[in-house]
Amino acid sequence: MLKIQNLHANVEGKQILKGINLEIKAGEVHAIMGPNGSGKSTLASVLAGRKEYEVTEGTVEFLGRDLLDLDPEERAGEGLFLAFQYPVEIPGLSTTNFIKTAVNEIRKYRGQESLDAVAFLKMMKEKMALMNIDQSLLSRPLNEGFSGGEKKRNEIFQMAMLQPKLAILDETDSGLDIDAIRIVANGVNKLHTKENAVLVVTHYQRLLDYIIPDFVHVLYNGRIVKSGTKELALELEEKGYDFIKNEIDVEEQV
Amino acid sequence: MMLTFVAMKTETAQPPHNNGIKAELSSIESAVLTDYKYGFVTDIEADSAPKGLNEDIVRFISAKKNEPEWMLEWRLKAYRHWLKMEEPKWANIKYPPINYQDIIYYSAPKQKINPKNLDEIDPELRRTFEKLGISLDEQKRLSGVAVDAVIDSVSIGTSFKEQLAELGIIFCSMSEAVQEHPELIKKYLSSVVPITDNYFAALNSAVFSDGSFCYIPKGVRCPMELSTYFRINAENTGQFERTLIVAEEGSYVSYLEGCTAPMRDENQLHAAVVELITMDNAEIKYSTVQNWYPGDKEGKGGIYNFVTKRGICKGYNSKISWTQVETGSSITWKYPSVILKGDNSVGEFYSVAVTNNHQQADTGTKMQHLGKNTKSRIVSKGISAGVSNNSYRGLVHVGKNARNARNFSQCDSLLLGDRCGAHTFPYIEVKNKSAIVEHEATTSKIGEDQIFYCNQRGIDTETAVALIVNGFAKEVMNQLPMEFAVEAQKLLAISLEGSVG
Repeated sequence: MLKIQNLHANVEGKQILKGINLEIKAGEVHAIMGPNGSGKSTLASVLAGRKEYEVTEGTVEFLGRDLLDLDPEERAGEGLFLAFQYPVEIPGLSTTNFIKTAVNEIRKYRGQESLDAVAFLKMMKEKMALMNIDQSLLSRPLNEGFSGGEKKRNEIFQMAMLQPKLAILDETDSGLDIDAIRIVANGVNKLHTKENAVLVVTHYQRLLDYIIPDFVHVLYNGRIVKSGTKELALELEEKGYDFIKNEIDVEEQV
Repeated sequence: MMLTFVAMKTETAQPPHNNGIKAELSSIESAVLTDYKYGFVTDIEADSAPKGLNEDIVRFISAKKNEPEWMLEWRLKAYRHWLKMEEPKWANIKYPPINYQDIIYYSAPKQKINPKNLDEIDPELRRTFEKLGISLDEQKRLSGVAVDAVIDSVSIGTSFKEQLAELGIIFCSMSEAVQEHPELIKKYLSSVVPITDNYFAALNSAVFSDGSFCYIPKGVRCPMELSTYFRINAENTGQFERTLIVAEEGSYVSYLEGCTAPMRDENQLHAAVVELITMDNAEIKYSTVQNWYPGDKEGKGGIYNFVTKRGICKGYNSKISWTQVETGSSITWKYPSVILKGDNSVGEFYSVAVTNNHQQADTGTKMQHLGKNTKSRIVSKGISAGVSNNSYRGLVHVGKNARNARNFSQCDSLLLGDRCGAHTFPYIEVKNKSAIVEHEATTSKIGEDQIFYCNQRGIDTETAVALIVNGFAKEVMNQLPMEFAVEAQKLLAISLEGSVG
């Protein structure tokens, strides 16, 4: 589904990603872990197409298309979804209206007819029940005055409404207490099928207690330096990132 | 339900040497047609005065209207006063000097008779209305909306008038009101905006050619929205209309006003006067969607919109509420105001002003608290894009006898890009210590991160801007009657097309 080869990217002239290689297949859950500043969120932003990030080398193929050639909204249309670490507020714009616009713009991109109000509300009711989310949250202006937990739940609700092929969760656990993490993780698990894939970007192992990854990758200094199964996450949790850093630094000295 | 009153300027006869220019014009027009979809011209034979302004022109207009002597005297007094006045220079707007002798002050469609019903109206005019989306009979038939149409500021048709008449409501053109209801006109015309009030109000008083008059008798709640639709059609003409609404004790009316103009590469002057009067326990809600031609991307052409709007809450517990969505005009100079004379009276001003490209807006309100326990509320949302300038200018005045006056003002500015300007000029004068006056102001920019968030959800940048802007303006948009709210939302999006990215 997603094939990243030798990806290099800069922010404001500074190289952050220094040759990422990663392949994700349908039905898989991948986790990317790493210390602060290793490039985790940069990778998420580059995949979503944020303008400030300049790709200097490498390729990314998504469902057979050159992802880097597409605008951010086209990537969303192709089925890529990013749950933001810091969802933005848009004062005065109702969350429902925003989601309806998003759903219909993506349908338009795919050559499907827009959902009318009745069809949209029906779909929303279904997903609200599935995600256990309250109507009152969706009537409020987008993310305005939302608590940290409400913002993240809203992200996962949008994911449910847009039904992406690949969902990237950027530090979705940050700022959440353990109950909120469980709710969000349950939501993600309910949406996961054989046809779609999830890329979890996280600093801590704890989210991976609830979203069980098939593969764990350690990102350090702009490169994936170690890959393994979920046991690798536990090892990191136990030993801290220093053991990876030491390993790598020793290797590099040799 | 809505009752629409349509005022238009028609095409004047073209001297032969102008034909080349006209052909050239139309290519310019078609080049920008996608940007301003109301920019068509209607070819209707018009009856117009020669260019320029002098006492003879004032007499000509008065004679055309078949006006009584007192009305002519009123006009001449205004004209003579105007001659002694100077154009105001204090607003935050720039434009080359206006040549008042180069304007046609009267242009009317050539209709042999005053039409008795809609079928008698020139088919070409009817088509114009259809282009504007206000097909007279369509509206009449489908939605029970009543329509009164005025072209070149001359009324050409009214429907639903009988129904209103049964309730004692008078809704007609100003010319008709002068003929049919002289006692009311004498009593109220210029009672809120004196003919000497300001330069543009004096000019309007001298040369206004039509407008609308509305009178709601005691205890009557007007069962439908009343509306006026203004359109400038002819070249080189100015539009000077006059609106007067009187709400007697315990009555209520909601009034809508919309406007468009064809695209011209010259500037055209629009100087209107609107006066509102509410007696005890009466309420007037006045909504405007102003979409005059704003000029092209280089700032060529467009309407100079110099308008005086003022209401007086004369009676106890009365209310006047202004709502405006200002997206058009190359220059907007207008300050819909309320004089809170009656005790317990309420004044409101809700405004969205959008400027793009080279547009300039200097708009706001004046709330004059004179009575006791009077309240006012001001919500102004300015949106600037391109290289435009958008100013809020407001005065809250609390007189020395105005015990327990309350005011709340909120002025928010939203900037798109980094070449436009947003300015706020709030003035507060308080002469009574019991007053509570609050003022809040914010300035924000549409953030890259907001746009990116929308993009990531599959929403392109243009749509994202429209969503963000409509969210920003929501508090004001919510004040508009339903029929207008949808149109106004679309208008905001259209006005800002191409302003980002």
